[in-house]
Amino acid sequence: MKLESKVPSGPIEKSWDKHRFDLKLVNPANKRKFKVLVVGTGLAGSSAAASCAELGYQVESFCIQDSPRRAHSIAAQGGINAAKNYPNDGDSVWRLFYDTIKGGDFRAREANVYRLAQVSNAIIDQCVAQGVPFAREYGGTLSNRSFGGAQVSRTFYARGQTGQQLLLGAYSALMRQVGAGAVKLHARSEMLDLVVVDGAARGVITRDLVTGRIERHWGDAVLLCTGGYGNVFYLSTNAGACNVTATWRAHKRGAAFANPCYTQIHPTCVPVAGDHQSKLTLMSESLRNDGRVWVPKKKGDARKPQDIPEDERDYYLERKYPAFGNLVPRDIASRAAKQMADDGRGVGKTGLSVYLDFKDAIARIGLDKVKEKYGNLFDMYRHITDENPYEQPMRIYPAVHYTMGGLWVDYNLMTTIPGLFCLGEANFSDHGANRLGASALMQGLADGYFVLPYTLGGYLAGAKLPKVTADHAAFAQAENDVVMRTRALLGTGGKKAPAAFHRDLGRVMWDNVGMGRNAKGLREALSKIPEIRDAFWKGVSVVGDAADFNQTLERAGRVADFLEFGELLAKDALAREESCGGHFREEHQTPDGEAKRDDEKFAHVAAWEYNGEGKEPTRHVEPLTFDNVHIAQRNYA
Amino acid sequence: MNITLKVWRQKNADAPGALVEYNVAGVVPEMSFLEMLDALNERLVAEGQDPVAFDSDCREGICGMCDLVIDGQAHGPDKEATTCQLHMRRYRDGDVVTVEPFRAKAFPIVKDLCVDRSAFDRVQAAGGFVSINTGNAVDGNAILIPHDEAEKAMDAAACIGCGACVAACPNASAMLFVAAKVSQYALLPQGRPEREKRVLAMREAMDQEGFGHCTNEYECEAACPKGIKVSNIARLNREYLRAALTSD
Ligand SMILES: Cc1cc2nc3c(=O)[nH]c(=O)nc-3n(C[C@H](O)[C@H](O)[C@H](O)COP(=O)(O)OP(=O)(O)OC[C@H]3O[C@@H](n4cnc5c(N)ncnc54)[C@H](O)[C@@H]3O)c2cc1C
Ligand code: FES
Repeated sequence: MKLESKVPSGPIEKSWDKHRFDLKLVNPANKRKFKVLVVGTGLAGSSAAASCAELGYQVESFCIQDSPRRAHSIAAQGGINAAKNYPNDGDSVWRLFYDTIKGGDFRAREANVYRLAQVSNAIIDQCVAQGVPFAREYGGTLSNRSFGGAQVSRTFYARGQTGQQLLLGAYSALMRQVGAGAVKLHARSEMLDLVVVDGAARGVITRDLVTGRIERHWGDAVLLCTGGYGNVFYLSTNAGACNVTATWRAHKRGAAFANPCYTQIHPTCVPVAGDHQSKLTLMSESLRNDGRVWVPKKKGDARKPQDIPEDERDYYLERKYPAFGNLVPRDIASRAAKQMADDGRGVGKTGLSVYLDFKDAIARIGLDKVKEKYGNLFDMYRHITDENPYEQPMRIYPAVHYTMGGLWVDYNLMTTIPGLFCLGEANFSDHGANRLGASALMQGLADGYFVLPYTLGGYLAGAKLPKVTADHAAFAQAENDVVMRTRALLGTGGKKAPAAFHRDLGRVMWDNVGMGRNAKGLREALSKIPEIRDAFWKGVSVVGDAADFNQTLERAGRVADFLEFGELLAKDALAREESCGGHFREEHQTPDGEAKRDDEKFAHVAAWEYNGEGKEPTRHVEPLTFDNVHIAQRNYA
Repeated sequence: MNITLKVWRQKNADAPGALVEYNVAGVVPEMSFLEMLDALNERLVAEGQDPVAFDSDCREGICGMCDLVIDGQAHGPDKEATTCQLHMRRYRDGDVVTVEPFRAKAFPIVKDLCVDRSAFDRVQAAGGFVSINTGNAVDGNAILIPHDEAEKAMDAAACIGCGACVAACPNASAMLFVAAKVSQYALLPQGRPEREKRVLAMREAMDQEGFGHCTNEYECEAACPKGIKVSNIARLNREYLRAALTSD
C-alpha cells in the first residue's frame, strides 16, 4: 500500500489555487453521465450531495435516520470558526491555520489545514445566503464569540444550536435538489458494505431498515460522510446511531484507517448518573467564555458550592494557564479535570465532576444576557440533572466526544481505494491529535461545499471507468457477504442483548484506552476485546427477522463492528509511544503532567492496512513535515 | 420504583395494533424515560421476545427523532421538552403509564411506536429553501440583519421537525411546522425573493400529503418542545394571502 498525499508543491498560500487549476474538469454535458453515491447526510454529506447535484451529477443520498435533517451534526451547539476578522482583533487565514496546527499538537498535514482556513470564510457567506440565522449585533453585522485554543474571537454561532442551523441550511439545499429530481434520497437505509470492481469503488450494499431488504447501488464514485466512531466507548456525547460500520467495512475492502487512537475527550459534559446511562450530554465549550471552572482547594470538601468562600476555591485553569485561562484546548482542560478528581478534589456524589460557575458572568453582563447566549444549554442541563445552573454552578466532567482518526485520505479527500472519498468527521485529515472547538463544522462544510466538488471532477475526468451496473459479480459477492453475516447475527441462539455487549466493550475502552493510557492497560484491552467479541458471536440475542424493521439487528451489526475496530484503536494507541493531543500515554509526560511528544519518532500519520481475518494489520506511515510553522512544545500558560 | 407500561404494539402499517402491558422494575429517578424503555427492551431481548420499537437518536432534544405520546400527550407531561428529555423523577412507584405513537393520517405507523414522517421532507422539498447554489454568496456582512429580526427568525428556525404539532392537533394539521419554516425565511432578507412562490408551494404540498386544516385549537403550541408560537401561523396566513393576491 502506498500513501501518496498528493499535496501540491510550491508555497502553501498558492497550493489550493494551483491544484484547482491543475485538476481536470468534467465537461458540463458529461456530468450527468456520472452517478455519485453519498453515504451520510450530516454537514459533510448534505453539503456534498447538494453541491454535486447543482453541478449536474446524478446523486443518490443515504442515511440511517428517518430524515436527512436528523444526522448527528444537528446536535452541535457552540459554533463554527472562520478567519473573517470581523472583530478586528488580529485574525487571519494564517492565524487560523497556525492555531489549528498547534491545537492538533503538530500531527496534521499542513497543506490540508491551510486550505481549510482559506475556505472558512466562504462557508460563512454560503450559510448566510441560505438563510442560516446566525447571531447578529444591533447594527446588523454578524456576532462572534471565543472558543478554546484561540486568542481571537472567530466563532460564528446561532445560540446554542449552531449545528442544527447549519445542518438545516445544508438540508434545505439538499431537499431543493431532491425536489428538482437531481438527488434520489434513501432515508432509513444503512450501508453495510462497499463494492470494489477492478480496484475502484463502484457501489454500496445497503439494508432498507424498514423492510429489511438488501439492496445494490452502483455509481462512479462513493463518498463516505458517515461521521465519527466515538460510540466505540459506549458512553459518549454522540447520538445512538453513530457508528463505525461504513468506514470499517470500507477498511476491510482496502481503505487504510488512519490514527484510530486520536479520540477527543471533551471537558464539559454532564457527569454520569448511573448504570442505566445510555449517552452523555455535552455542555458546549462556548460556556467557557463566561463560565469559570473550579474545585474546592480542600480535599473532600462536602459543603454546597455556594457556601465555599472565594479564597477556598481553586480556579485551576486560570491558575495553571493564565494566558488562555478557561479557554485552553479540550485535551488540556479534560486532563486537568481528571487530575483534580484523581487528587480527591472532584465534586458531586461520585467525586467525578468539577464546577462550571456562571455567578460572575451573571453579575457582569446580567441574567438576561446569559439567558440569551446560553438559554437552551441551561435548560438542557436542568432537564437532565434537575438542578438550576442560574442559581448553582453546573457540575461537569470529561466525556468522549469526537474522533480525529478516520479513513486515510489524500489532499483530494480520496482514500486508498480509487473512487472512494471520505469527508467530515469520518476522515482523519485536518485536526491532528486534537480538534479545536468549532472546527468540525467548518471542516465538514469545507469538505462538502468547497473541496470535494472540485476534486471529484478531477478523479472522474481522468478515471476511464468501464461501465459497471449492479448485476456485476462483485455486487453479488458483497451482497452475499452481508446476507451471511446477518444470518450469523440472528442465529447464535444467545441470551444477551447487543447493548449489553456494547456496554462491556465500552467499559474496557474507557478504563484502558480513555483519558490516560499506558502499555500495560492497552495490552490488557488487547486481550479483553477479543474475549468480548468471541462471547458476542456465541451469545448475542437478536430476536425477529432479517426481512423486517429490526432495531436489535441494526444495533448488533454496529456493535459487531465496534468489537473489531476497538482492537485496532488500542493497537494504534500502543504503537504510538508518545503523548500528543488527545492521546495521552502516561509513560510520556513532562514533569508538570503535560503531554510529551516524540517528534523524532512520531511526527507521522499512522495508517493501518487490513490483511484479512485473524491476521495482523500493517502499520504504514505518512511522514509529516512542517515547513510553514515552527514545530514546538505547545504552550498555553 | 416499579412502573407499569401500556405500550402500543403493531407489527406494521397494515397489521392491527393493541396496547400490551409490561412491568418495569428497578426504575430510578435519574433515568430518562427512554432509558427506562431501553431497560425493558434489554430484558425482552434477553428473554427472546420482540422488543418495543421506538425511535430516538441524539437523546438531548435536538434531532427530533423521538416521538412518543405519553398518557395522551405528545412528548409527555413536561413543557417544552422532547420525549428523550423526560426523566423518571416525574413518576412515582406503582404508576401506570400509557405509551402510544404519534398518530396522523400523514404519519403512517412503521412498527409499534415508530412512524413515517417523510411527508415533512416532501413539504420541505417543495419550497423550504433559498435557491442559491454553492459558491454564489456575497460576504456575510453585506446582508445586514438587525439583531431583533435575526432573533425572531431564529425563534422560528428552532423547529426540530419532530411532528408533535401534528400529533397534538385534533385535525392532524402541519400548520405550525410549515409556519415555522415560512416565517424564518419571510423574516430574513435572503428569503424574500422567493417568498410568494415558497408559501404557495409549501401549503399545497402540505395539503397533498393529507395533513388537516388549522381550526385554531392551539394544541400545537402547547405540545411543541421548542416553544414555537402560533403567531407564526398568523404570519403564514398573511404570507399566503399576500402571495395569493399578488400571484397571477
Ligand atoms: C454534542 C455535540 C456538539 C458538537 N458541537 C460542535 C460545535 O459546536 N462546533 C463544531 O465545530 N463541532 C461540534 N461537534 C462536532 C461536529 O458536530 C461533528 O463532528 C460533525 O457534525 C460531523 O459531521 P459529519 O457530516 O461528518 O457526520 P454526521 O453529522 O455524524 O453525519 C453522519 C451521517 O452518516 C449517516 N450514516 C452513518 N453510518 C451510516 C451507514 N452505515 N449507512 C448509511 N448512513 C450512515 C448518518 O445517518 C448521518 O446522516 C459537536 C459534536 C457533538 C457530539
Ligand atoms: S432523540 Fe433527538 S430529540 Fe429526542
